Amino acid sequence: MSEKKTDEVTGIDTTGHEWDGIRELDNPLPRWWLWTFLACIVWAFGYMVFYPAIPLVSEATPGVLGYSSRASVHQDIQEARVAQSEMISKVDSLALADIRNDADLLQFAINGGRAAYSVNCSQCHGSGAAGSPGYPNLNDDEWIWGGNLESIATTLQHGIRHPGDDDTRFSEMPAFGRDGILDKEQVKAVANRVLALAGQPHDTELATAGTELYADNCAACHGETGKGDREQGAPNLSDAIWLYGSSEAEIARQIHAPRHGVMPAWGDRLDPVTIKQLTIYVHSLGGGE
Amino acid sequence: MGNVVLIILLGLAAVAGLFGAARGHDALFQAHAWVIVAASLVAIVALLQRLDRPSREDVENSYADGVVRFGVLATVFWGVVGFLVGLVIALQLAFPELNLGYSFSSFGRLRPLHTSAVIFAFGGNALLATSFYVVQRTCRTRLALGGLHWFVFWGYQLFIVLAATGYVMGVTQSKEYAEPEWYVDIWLTLVWVAYLLVFLFTLFRRKEPHIYVANWFYLAFIVTVAMLHIVNNLAVPVSFLGSKSYSAFSGVQDALTQWWYGHNAVGFFLTAGFLGMMYYFVPKQAERPVYSYRLSIIHFWALIFLYIWAGPHHLHYTALPDWAQTLGMVFSIMLWMPSWGGMINGLMTLSGAWDKLRTDPVLRMMVVAVAFYGMSTFEGPMMSIKAVNGLSHYTDWTIGHVHSGALGWVGMISFGAVYFLVPRLWNRASLYSLRLVSWHVWLATIGIVIYAAAMWVSGITQGLMWREYDPNGFLVYSFAETVDAMHPFYVIRAFGGLVYISGAFLMVYNVWRTIQGNHETRAVAADAAAPQVA
Repeated sequence: MSEKKTDEVTGIDTTGHEWDGIRELDNPLPRWWLWTFLACIVWAFGYMVFYPAIPLVSEATPGVLGYSSRASVHQDIQEARVAQSEMISKVDSLALADIRNDADLLQFAINGGRAAYSVNCSQCHGSGAAGSPGYPNLNDDEWIWGGNLESIATTLQHGIRHPGDDDTRFSEMPAFGRDGILDKEQVKAVANRVLALAGQPHDTELATAGTELYADNCAACHGETGKGDREQGAPNLSDAIWLYGSSEAEIARQIHAPRHGVMPAWGDRLDPVTIKQLTIYVHSLGGGE
Repeated sequence: MGNVVLIILLGLAAVAGLFGAARGHDALFQAHAWVIVAASLVAIVALLQRLDRPSREDVENSYADGVVRFGVLATVFWGVVGFLVGLVIALQLAFPELNLGYSFSSFGRLRPLHTSAVIFAFGGNALLATSFYVVQRTCRTRLALGGLHWFVFWGYQLFIVLAATGYVMGVTQSKEYAEPEWYVDIWLTLVWVAYLLVFLFTLFRRKEPHIYVANWFYLAFIVTVAMLHIVNNLAVPVSFLGSKSYSAFSGVQDALTQWWYGHNAVGFFLTAGFLGMMYYFVPKQAERPVYSYRLSIIHFWALIFLYIWAGPHHLHYTALPDWAQTLGMVFSIMLWMPSWGGMINGLMTLSGAWDKLRTDPVLRMMVVAVAFYGMSTFEGPMMSIKAVNGLSHYTDWTIGHVHSGALGWVGMISFGAVYFLVPRLWNRASLYSLRLVSWHVWLATIGIVIYAAAMWVSGITQGLMWREYDPNGFLVYSFAETVDAMHPFYVIRAFGGLVYISGAFLMVYNVWRTIQGNHETRAVAADAAAPQVA
């Protein structure tokens, strides 16, 4: 241990301790440091007076503001409900068409529908509602089950092929290839006939061969010219919109053993006002009728 | 003689491991039993080879530096491993395909591997190595209790291997930073008690009248981590031959215990421990006296007293009662100045030596570390304020905050210590290259700045998106949309990490070349043996 010395650089005394050549200066606490520390302590105790802080036997001191995070959340939710209540009750009582005629109400329903959509629907139909293979695009004007307000509302309410809802939308296309109704060549011919109906590049010979097969097997649901039938949920085949792909192979695969999408019956999960808002929102995306 | 007893004990451990491997109730426990068998056999072989020759270190009047050399190498090795896993998971967040579809390569398994590798393997070894180095120099005595420090070092490495393999295989008790199961916890407890004993008994036989401030911090770190580890890991194993256990706590009590642990792991492992490091290496490297003895006393005790209460700020706006949230917040605010006391003492120690920053990149590394320490110990109390926390919590802001502390403070002060220690421990006149150190300082600093800035922007964006309502009172964004919005920041963050790691690779090369010692060697190991006689 060495004696107290004065540090030559700063002119401050050292404490006289030394470890492995390390000494310590005898500087006081920096004033600003001390005062800020004390201010933080004063503030802390002040805060503890105003807010719940000291645990006692059965409960804690409530603080002079009587704050409770539980009550605060409850109040926030109440305020949000009150703020929306007028609009919500209008949406509830008015018919879908009437909601569309009131500009403010329409905007409200679209915003509410969009919020519900992004939580419940975007997983399948995409955040921009553009769909993906197997999940219909909701921005276009092709509707498998109808694109007016009532049809969209029914689809939302009861879903598509949703087990457990007796009123669910249901359609089933036969597995023409897998079940042996058509052989491989015939499936290929029908696929080319479908391509012809859609105005897509196709093999003319095969398409001609498929014309009669189409009329016998497909036209009952999809129509002579492939315009589809919304009553039966039979998609339009004559346009450029395809749920499962537009190549010959993809169409043939669908004829061979069709895939059938399922959509939940949202009436089981969402309240009627939300279903209405979702209806208005989906209808507003561009293809509403 | 001692080695013979040790070999017998290790043989017994190997037999116990074989028993566990044969009779273990689940594949994970059996795998860990095999790790123990393998570790025991390796240790036996190593001991057999040196049975007849006494270690150079057994000379009682020299410092026990072998363990410090191993500790420095382990620090560098685990550091690089931990940083690399961090880079991988940063890239996984930006490009989820990199999860590769295997359970062991998924983010959920690799994330705790990263956090534990950097905190406990890199940080832990840095603390072990430097505490053993510093306590001997500042007490002018050799480590106490014979070779127990070797048990501490190798036992700790075994803990790391058991924890790391456990993460990858899926052994976890689902407590953040405390994932290892009961048997690994018991092992760490034994190792840690041995560490405490070595440290305490070395202090007892010191040849200096006073205990140096660095040792207060190291001791606070060792004692408190023991307490935190034991309490948070209290659990009942389902079977003594199985890897599963159930925590002694449940519900909100469990959450509070966990964050009492988690927050103080930050406070006592990553703050107090590394302040101990700072209090030795900064004055040594700057060759200046510590700025204020009084400040060191006051900020030490204030830090120790206040830190332990601040954990509840991790549970704002949860089921935790309001009073506990209030206390967690106000204690965090009061903690601001005690934390900054360390920064002031670190920076002001340079008064009269600021010019050295121009010429000494090792000192520059340490000073940047202290600056990041100051920044993150301001950010922390700020984020504990409930109104701020309401925005920042659960967002990437927290990740940015942690990394400015971990990469900036913990990482850079450890790099500084490594650069200080390597030439001295291997008797080299100097480091292989100071230019490489200078590059390392810049790469590390720029890497952290990129990382933290990306996370600030991403975190605040995320927080604002989560709470954005339209004029009709409906939420504007779905969660998936907020995730999508983070993508560019995740890419930038990964780039920041890459820059930081490049610096670490320079350090590996520099340390390796220094140890290789192709450049001139120091004539006498000046500060290794000389002060012993004083």
